[in-house]
Amino acid sequence: MPDPATTPGPQDRPVAGPAPGRSDTAARIRDGAPQSEKDASSAPDHDAVRPTRGSGRLIGGTGRVPSGTVGQSPIRPESEAKVNGAFDYASDLAFPDMLWGNTLRSPHPRALIRSIDTAAALALPGVAAVLTAADVPGKLHYGLIEADQPVLAPDQVNYQGEPVAIVAAETLDLARRAADLVTVDYEVLEPRCDADEAAAAGEYFRYQPVRIGDPDTAGAAVVVAREYEVGMQDQAPLGPESGVAVPVEGGLVLHVATQWLHSDLDQIAPCLGLEPERLHLSMAGIGGAFGAREDLSVQIHMAMLAMRTGRPVKMMYDRAESFLGHVHRHPARMRYEHGADADGRLVYVKARIVLDGGAYASTTEAVVGNAASLAVGPYNVEHVSVDAWGARTNNPPCGAMRGFGGVQTCFAYESQMDALADALGLDPREIRRRNALARGDKLITGQVVDAYDPDEAPAGQPFSPLRDLLDRFDGIPVPPVPAGRDIVELPGGTGNTTHGEGVRRGVGYGVGLKNICYSEGFDDYSTAHVRLELGGPEHGGEPVAYLHTAAAEVGQGHWNLQQQIARTELGVEHVVLLPNDTRAGSAGSSSASRQSYMTGGAVKAACEAVRELWRDRDLADGPIEATRVFRHRATKPMDPVTGQGESHVQLALCVHRATVDVDVELGLVKVVDLTCVQDVGKALNPVALEGQIHGGTAQGLGLAVMEEIVTDAGRVRNASFTDYLIPTILDMPPMRLRIVENADPDAPYGLRGAGEPPTLSSTPAIVAAIRDATGLPLARVPVRPEHLTVGRPS
Amino acid sequence: MRVNLHIDGAEAVAEIDRPGESLLSTLRDRLGLTGSKNACEQGECGSCTVLLDGAPVCACLVATAQCEGREVKTVVGAVPRPVRDAFVQCGAVQCGFCTPGLLVAVADLLDREPDPSDPEIREALAGNLCRCTGYEKIIDAVHTAAATLAGEPR
Ligand code: FES
Ligand code: FES
Repeated sequence: MPDPATTPGPQDRPVAGPAPGRSDTAARIRDGAPQSEKDASSAPDHDAVRPTRGSGRLIGGTGRVPSGTVGQSPIRPESEAKVNGAFDYASDLAFPDMLWGNTLRSPHPRALIRSIDTAAALALPGVAAVLTAADVPGKLHYGLIEADQPVLAPDQVNYQGEPVAIVAAETLDLARRAADLVTVDYEVLEPRCDADEAAAAGEYFRYQPVRIGDPDTAGAAVVVAREYEVGMQDQAPLGPESGVAVPVEGGLVLHVATQWLHSDLDQIAPCLGLEPERLHLSMAGIGGAFGAREDLSVQIHMAMLAMRTGRPVKMMYDRAESFLGHVHRHPARMRYEHGADADGRLVYVKARIVLDGGAYASTTEAVVGNAASLAVGPYNVEHVSVDAWGARTNNPPCGAMRGFGGVQTCFAYESQMDALADALGLDPREIRRRNALARGDKLITGQVVDAYDPDEAPAGQPFSPLRDLLDRFDGIPVPPVPAGRDIVELPGGTGNTTHGEGVRRGVGYGVGLKNICYSEGFDDYSTAHVRLELGGPEHGGEPVAYLHTAAAEVGQGHWNLQQQIARTELGVEHVVLLPNDTRAGSAGSSSASRQSYMTGGAVKAACEAVRELWRDRDLADGPIEATRVFRHRATKPMDPVTGQGESHVQLALCVHRATVDVDVELGLVKVVDLTCVQDVGKALNPVALEGQIHGGTAQGLGLAVMEEIVTDAGRVRNASFTDYLIPTILDMPPMRLRIVENADPDAPYGLRGAGEPPTLSSTPAIVAAIRDATGLPLARVPVRPEHLTVGRPS
Repeated sequence: MRVNLHIDGAEAVAEIDRPGESLLSTLRDRLGLTGSKNACEQGECGSCTVLLDGAPVCACLVATAQCEGREVKTVVGAVPRPVRDAFVQCGAVQCGFCTPGLLVAVADLLDREPDPSDPEIREALAGNLCRCTGYEKIIDAVHTAAATLAGEPR
């Protein structure tokens, strides 16, 4: 095991266990007094005299309620470092004697590699190593679920941007020049880029049907059948992929910005041919993730270069490479047929869903499971036939992005609900109310909707969480069209494209249903270690809790929440977070909206254990510690033929209402209001929660009207922020939130995962509003100006 | 080539070997001043925003060679305390990668317009991408900072 303590660090961080007191940015920013107390030395001084204040108070809890507990919104422990420029993101790290790595990527979506000539690159002064597939020290492939992705392409490339060779040199410029000097002789092949064709030809990662009843014989009064398409969205976290590999005695220390340290470790070690014990992964600052940091990027490459050269190696993608170097949201083509009775109650749903997984497996398998199991949304229907594929093509690999398989089908089923409402002359909320699942009803997988307090709605009916949310819009009026609007508030904004003529207003609703935590029988757990001891003078001799987990703070506020939980459970003011690394047990991924539930649950359990021990002990006699592994309730795989099975842990609902102005002559859309009602079970940190809903809503707006990676015969055409647009502050409307707390009695504090659901519902709500304004069917997102102008009914 | 800069109140000398080297690259890679961020290096995201002789620029689009003797203020030197505090208190910081650039842009805005309206805030910050917050709390933070600054002797 390399000793990270001997690793030269950008700042010498305590790794496991408190270090001697000193000014240490990493520890200080994570120190836990809730307000802005920022001790210069947060770590305890073991030699300091510890004033005791009567052991009675220190046994079994302080008997006080500190501020900054669960339900409040204390200031984030890392926020001061983030506003003064001191917070170290992975791309900010530097080490003495460090080399820079760079990746040579395939320009072709599909080709055979005849030969690779590295001589010219190696001959460039300042180049330390040029490595290809032949240099991979261990296993040649890695992957999150299935190890099918080559570390470096051995003899064939299967997507544009696939890594072929890696280079280490004295500067980043040199490394880039050296990569350009590597000559690869390709035999270019015809790429397979059509996901439908691929699925039909048996080229898929997973096929998952769902069958209940008999949709073919179920009679319906009204039928709507439509095809929908969702473009390829990118997570576009602002922090570029980056990391540093540092050789140490006996192994490597990897400074990485990842959503799941232990999954990285499990994939990296075999490819390096190293025992996992010889690798230490230390979390570097993460500049957003949204799924993009679930698959490996720089990790194995920088480690290989560091092993070969014996020097620290940093890799950092620029934006163009970032677009090629991480997976995207699966584009989808979906054919839906909904049959309903004359009252608008669903009779049957048939759906054919083809998700394009691109060249390698990544998490496509799990994305298909979500798409299939959530294919009709939170609605009752007795006859269902769903077929979902995750196709294998030569398009960019697709995997995790916020919403994870739930986003694509949500756009389709919500569009269908609106189409049915239109056909029957029903209000969009009313048709959803009539079909809303209630407690005791079943999803199409047979899973019973449970885990809701209260059991009963006031009218004696089973409680329907969706009806509850829909009804709350009664009290929130649609914003009126303001008189005398400034021109910049119209579609086109400062482009001064209209004075209001041709501008139509529309309103639409969208409902999203998302599974929280990992589904389908996955052994999903998180681990937390808590150590409580008497603090030194810098903590006034009061108890200090040290928390150690491997959970990734991607921006969601998880560090803050851990401290809140420790304060709540232990009654202590001072909570210090030790750096996240692989010395802690696995925390699982910061994805699937699961980290509050899972690592929150683990921290809570470990604190409870410490609190129990504390009842019989005096802290003055020594620290009290406990490690706890937290698991959610077990789930089952989906039946491969019928799709039946209690596959999900927890369900979370979000409803959006969008109000838009559309310039129907120019095809310009301005979203003027987004109102969101979301059930979060329990608001653990209201400010962070609102931030999640705002941010998730914004990404849904992006998918609705602007975000798409455009490919042409497998080639990405817009790998830059010039051409791939994400919402700016001018694109975002004011957002009004109603946060609802229908507790889940099975979950810690009753919480429901909250990060993803708003990303599902905002997209269909916005598109419904544009339909309302224009009368156009709009079956594809993102909606582009030409969709609104070409063929517009006059 | 040797370039003398005044950065956040201190003198700095950068020895650059490429005429096209950007100010951002000089700050981050040569001088180790990583407060300014590098989300695109194409002038599209604003995460590298600094004040150059008092004017906001994307440091990734400015050649260091043009900066001889000029004053550069980054997040470290350009941002009044109340602006930082407002971002922290309002929850305008999530991952924080956009934050240094936004703070510089907000400092510049409030310098020009001490009490900006929502449309003025949106216009002024339109060049600063944030992927996490949906901007709502950033707007709150600007108003909060403006109110605090208004209550302070200027
Ligand atoms: S890094 Fe300069 S604008 Fe994006
Ligand atoms: S807080 Fe993450 S990009 Fe703005």
